[in-house]
Amino acid sequence: MIDNYQHLSDEAPLPPAADVFVSRSRWNAERETLLSHRGRVAVRVPGDADPDSLHRDGLSAIAIDFPTFTDGRGFSLGRLLRERWGPDFELRAGGAFLRDQIFYLSRVGFDAFELPEGEDLDAALRALDTFGFAYQPAPGAAGPDRRA
Amino acid sequence: MFRYEPRDEQLLRERASQFRDQIQRRLSGELTEAAFKPLRLQNGLYMQLHAYMLRLALPYGQLRSEQLRALASVSRRYDRGYAHITTRQNVQLNWIRLEEVPDLLEELAAVHLHAIQTSGNCVRSVTTDALAGVAPDELEDPRPYCELLRQWSTLHPEFAFLPRKFKIAVIGASEDRAAIAAHDIGLRLREREDGEIGFEVWVGGGQGRNPVLAKRLREWLPKAELLSYTEAILRVYNLHGRRDNKHKARIKVLVGALGLERFKARVEQEWERVRAGGLSLREEDLEAMRRHFAPPAYASPPIDSRELRAARLSKDRGFARWADANALPHRMPGYRAVVVALKSPARPPGDLTADQLDAIADLADEYSFGEARTTHRQNLVLPDVESWRLPELFARLEALELASPSHARITDIISCPGLDYCNLASARSIALAEAIQTRFAEPERVEALGELHLNISGCVNACGHHHVGTLGILGIDKQGTEGYQLMLGGSIDPEPRLGKVLGRALDLEGLVDAIDRVMAHYLQVRRSPKERFIDVYLRVGPEPFKEVVYADHPPPRDRDRQLPAPIGRGAPTAGG
Repeated sequence: MIDNYQHLSDEAPLPPAADVFVSRSRWNAERETLLSHRGRVAVRVPGDADPDSLHRDGLSAIAIDFPTFTDGRGFSLGRLLRERWGPDFELRAGGAFLRDQIFYLSRVGFDAFELPEGEDLDAALRALDTFGFAYQPAPGAAGPDRRA
Repeated sequence: MFRYEPRDEQLLRERASQFRDQIQRRLSGELTEAAFKPLRLQNGLYMQLHAYMLRLALPYGQLRSEQLRALASVSRRYDRGYAHITTRQNVQLNWIRLEEVPDLLEELAAVHLHAIQTSGNCVRSVTTDALAGVAPDELEDPRPYCELLRQWSTLHPEFAFLPRKFKIAVIGASEDRAAIAAHDIGLRLREREDGEIGFEVWVGGGQGRNPVLAKRLREWLPKAELLSYTEAILRVYNLHGRRDNKHKARIKVLVGALGLERFKARVEQEWERVRAGGLSLREEDLEAMRRHFAPPAYASPPIDSRELRAARLSKDRGFARWADANALPHRMPGYRAVVVALKSPARPPGDLTADQLDAIADLADEYSFGEARTTHRQNLVLPDVESWRLPELFARLEALELASPSHARITDIISCPGLDYCNLASARSIALAEAIQTRFAEPERVEALGELHLNISGCVNACGHHHVGTLGILGIDKQGTEGYQLMLGGSIDPEPRLGKVLGRALDLEGLVDAIDRVMAHYLQVRRSPKERFIDVYLRVGPEPFKEVVYADHPPPRDRDRQLPAPIGRGAPTAGG
């Protein structure tokens, strides 16, 4: 929940050695430069991005922006990325999601949340434990009926 | 019968407490109505014309007697003392106050009832054949697979915000009593040439303003892949279903746009990936689930008895008529599955009072191993009744006004709540159902008319399944006045088929007259009592029926109240 990244606009200069979030278009346009950047590099994508068009490359994190909280494509997208890329990258939820969705988001593999302004941090943390049990396997786990 | 384990109970308690918090935040203004609405819908809570409506889940229609009593109790305490059975085997309470919902749900959770995913853009409560496990035409009991799907879909984190609602039905019999062709996914247990039983998978069925019958996606799927394949379909739908237009967001539109073959290619490609992820079921998991649905301890009752014979041969045909219609064949000799008819002119189709709920709980305990079921046609079933006890059960049901001999008859009306409750409706449905019940009050005539499915929807959203009724009625709004269109020839079984509109819309009285004339004409032209209405309709087509309904009608402008007396009223039941 504590953000160590700088969020760069497409025009902003790349701060040396800082951890940065860039847009998908900037990532595509400046991939070579960004891959040799000394800080960590992460990318923001919209919730309707095609999962097959995304590649891990050297990314340390990816943020999926929910255009509205009712647009559930980001849940499938997040899950697919977590399954394909494994546990050691940050999968961040951004945009218009609700506190009430944090449990589901964490169950499909999100492990970082950009809370809206004014959101109660403790309540958001508690939301991670809304349910003590799930019928579905967590991404990467084998078999149903087990809590990760 | 499947019973919840501690983990299922824990989940219900946590869900109730989560929703309590959300309601608190709504009442305090912390949550806007826009944010609250999808959350309350996934807990079955609708805002209707006069009050909140709460739709409770009865997964695959199963009810234990203690659950019936709990429904009676909450309908007395939190509603106006009655409940309503829906076409998807759930139950609705119509007069609910938001601030009381948490206590109501907590009370129900104690008997394993809840409202999880009975509405909203998520995987809805799964439905099945109300005769599952007892039907003689059944290949295998579908309920274990329904329960596996219930568990898989309950709070599925990936599929809670789909483009639109998603309905799944599973059947195991040759007759489709769950309308799988009208579902987003329909699964039918089926034997492959080598004797192995798996699922035939149907996809993209739905009603609404753009009715589509499901298409066969896969001829045979191994049982072990029930969840993996369903998950693949859902993922393709979640990622690719339209979200720009609510009316084009169901999976039927995606299947139509891609074409079945391209849709299937995407599903099967996704399925390959899902299968690697551990959702395949092990044989021991399937076997353990099947054991939960083991048959009750059947006795070996006499197949016939003096009481039963006497009742059947009695001069009063009441019992025989009821038994012929409502006591359905059972796979165990000496047993019957009894339809408890929730159809009478006194109440809207599917409604029953708290006292009736309590009484049915007693009957379930005394006659049917403590179990009742809800049906797609908005009735209840006592699944395991010894045949020799039918006369006494009939008397008990008659005293409760639940013995209408209406199963699969013209009076077995499916109806949505219509304009009396629903803010989407264009016309009243309940008033029409009542008028039809009243017009067709003579049991001899109803019996003579034989098998019919009369379905009423109060608007194009088609909650009353009018597209697939042999007689389907659609309520429309004609510049501020109620109108009704009559459709004929729809069907679910053996061949799913959409009905066709017969002609221009009529007013309520005119529509009842039209049905009367159509039925009278049917009795005149059928070749024998064995030729059902649907058979005649398919033989002669709509024209003769159009003729009898519209030929002598004055033009629409001044038709009101000038209708000639319908020819079929009280006519002798020729050939019956």
